[in-house]
Amino acid sequence: MAAPSPIHGVVADFDSPDTLLDAVKAARAKGYTKMEAYTPFPIHGIDEAMGAKQSILGYIVLCGSVTGFTTAILLQWWTGSIVYPLVISGKPFFAFEFGFPIIFELTVLLSAFGAVFGMFGLNGLPRLNHPIFNYSGVAGSSDDRFLLVIEASDRNFEVTATRDFLASLGAEKLEVIEA
Amino acid sequence: MANLTFDPKDVAQLSPSLVDGRPSLHDVTEAVSIHTEIETHRNWYIALAISGSVTLLLGSMLAYLIATGIGVWGNNNPVGWGWDITNFVFWIGIGHAGTLISAILFLFRQKWRTSINRFAEAMTLFAVACAGIYPLVHVGRPWRAYWLFPIPNADLNMWQNFRSPLLWDVFAVSTYATVSALFWYVGLIPDLATIRDRATTKLRHTIYGIASLGWRGSATHWKNYEKAYMILAGLSTPLVLSVHTIVSFDFAVSIIPGWHTTIFPPYFVAGAIFSGFAMVITLMVIARWVFKVEHLVTITHLENMNKVILATGTIVGYAYATEFFIAWYSGNEYEKYTFINRAMGPYAWAYWTMVSCNVISPQFFWFKKLRTSIPFMFVLSIFVNIGMWFERFVIIATSLHRDFLPSSWGYFRPTIVDILTFFGTFGLFITLFVFFTRFLPIIAVSEVKGMMIQAEHEKHYLPATTVSTEPVKVH
Repeated sequence: MAAPSPIHGVVADFDSPDTLLDAVKAARAKGYTKMEAYTPFPIHGIDEAMGAKQSILGYIVLCGSVTGFTTAILLQWWTGSIVYPLVISGKPFFAFEFGFPIIFELTVLLSAFGAVFGMFGLNGLPRLNHPIFNYSGVAGSSDDRFLLVIEASDRNFEVTATRDFLASLGAEKLEVIEA
Repeated sequence: MANLTFDPKDVAQLSPSLVDGRPSLHDVTEAVSIHTEIETHRNWYIALAISGSVTLLLGSMLAYLIATGIGVWGNNNPVGWGWDITNFVFWIGIGHAGTLISAILFLFRQKWRTSINRFAEAMTLFAVACAGIYPLVHVGRPWRAYWLFPIPNADLNMWQNFRSPLLWDVFAVSTYATVSALFWYVGLIPDLATIRDRATTKLRHTIYGIASLGWRGSATHWKNYEKAYMILAGLSTPLVLSVHTIVSFDFAVSIIPGWHTTIFPPYFVAGAIFSGFAMVITLMVIARWVFKVEHLVTITHLENMNKVILATGTIVGYAYATEFFIAWYSGNEYEKYTFINRAMGPYAWAYWTMVSCNVISPQFFWFKKLRTSIPFMFVLSIFVNIGMWFERFVIIATSLHRDFLPSSWGYFRPTIVDILTFFGTFGLFITLFVFFTRFLPIIAVSEVKGMMIQAEHEKHYLPATTVSTEPVKVH
């Protein structure tokens, strides 16, 4: 007999955000920690219920802002007063007054890069394969279904016990998914 | 004592319907995705053939211009900026409504934006694409356009003049285009995943799978996503205000009477939002009918946009009056002459077209009956678009055509190339829309669903007897 494939976890399929939220709370109360919800839109309060930490994206964006801000100042100062000083209408070679529009624009541009690419990085995107895609009803999670996966890496995880527990929470469909 | 009981009509007033007919979540997915999945309609090919031909016309006009030189346009002394810059400002202004809807209304928690933001953001991108053509070809040698950017290169051996507002404009417009594209794409990712999950063929699944980057909608994903979306909205809000401010600096920083005024930045921003909302109305009235999403883009959405048109149109009218007042009050005779000449000189016809379209026509929206009438708002939105094009033309042509010395006075006449190029940009704009509406979800599916569920929860805070107790159908 072939060795059983490694298991990613048990997926429970709920029909509303409220039952999903209750299930998350119940699973936390039961001592599960490694879980993930898959939903068609963000569910208010689910991060608190899952005990997830705040997103650190803001700090990545801040790095982008600071880089953009300094780059714009250095660029305008260095080109205008060091490598290519040119008198135009008697204006100074560098001043914050005329430098401000470009300082502002580059700050915004690099902050936006930080926000978008930082979000991709934190979410591990692009990634086209993931065990959740092995679930037969995964398409529902971008339509009108609300999935909760308790992962096999959880120390309280035990296939049948976890499945029975999820069934008791009102899941309409249960499936063990391969890693 | 005042009567404090609510009746259902009051509740409807408090929270007007943003989604009609109580569709289920699945119905929303279906309504929005279906037009990307059905077999291509014959009318789509007809629309593409027409708009595509006009785009080809644009291409040939640009090829002719680049091969010959910008002398094929009507630009000449003293009117060195003609239709090219008029059209540039016109298109970029239209884009501003998209960002306003997607960013500013998001920060103000205006739920009614959810049904229209995707469409309006697409409009922003396509309008900026049309706008970008003009300064690019106006430089005369577009193959040297990279000289505008601080890229070290051997053939230039110089650095850009950062003291020039024209260079600020390069940074402002390119940042705006980039950030708008990113914002739009980020918003699209979850919806592309929805279309991927509904795909029936391997090819569709692969294409939309790659486009959605493997989005899974996990709680972690949504957490970072919502943060990113919030930050992008926060960044886009000052950005959109800065872009038209900097565009107005192209004029205001010069010392030409009629341009050299401090009112330009707020006046340009208000005008941009005004024209952009008018364009959203024009397009949305057609799109909601063609794609049968009248229950998602309701009369409430349209009415709210008309209110914005009324407000910004009134600001624009006020700005026109202020300009005249300051021209008189400043005591500067050149300034005074420019404005009298604007209203009564050879371009008076353009000036009064602008005033009738921009100042008078939006005032009809004080009447609820008119601002909720689809045919009326459609016609009026076109008037506003015409008026706002004339505003830019009036600012540019009337300020330039009579130089300080009467010997260098002139009158700007567009050439056929000017006219066909402008006409061609509409072809490009529509063609991009034709592709967008065929392959991408035109309404932000995940946002509409989130709003429906949220609205359901909020109802619990209203007096129980006044609201329907029937829950949102999930299936």
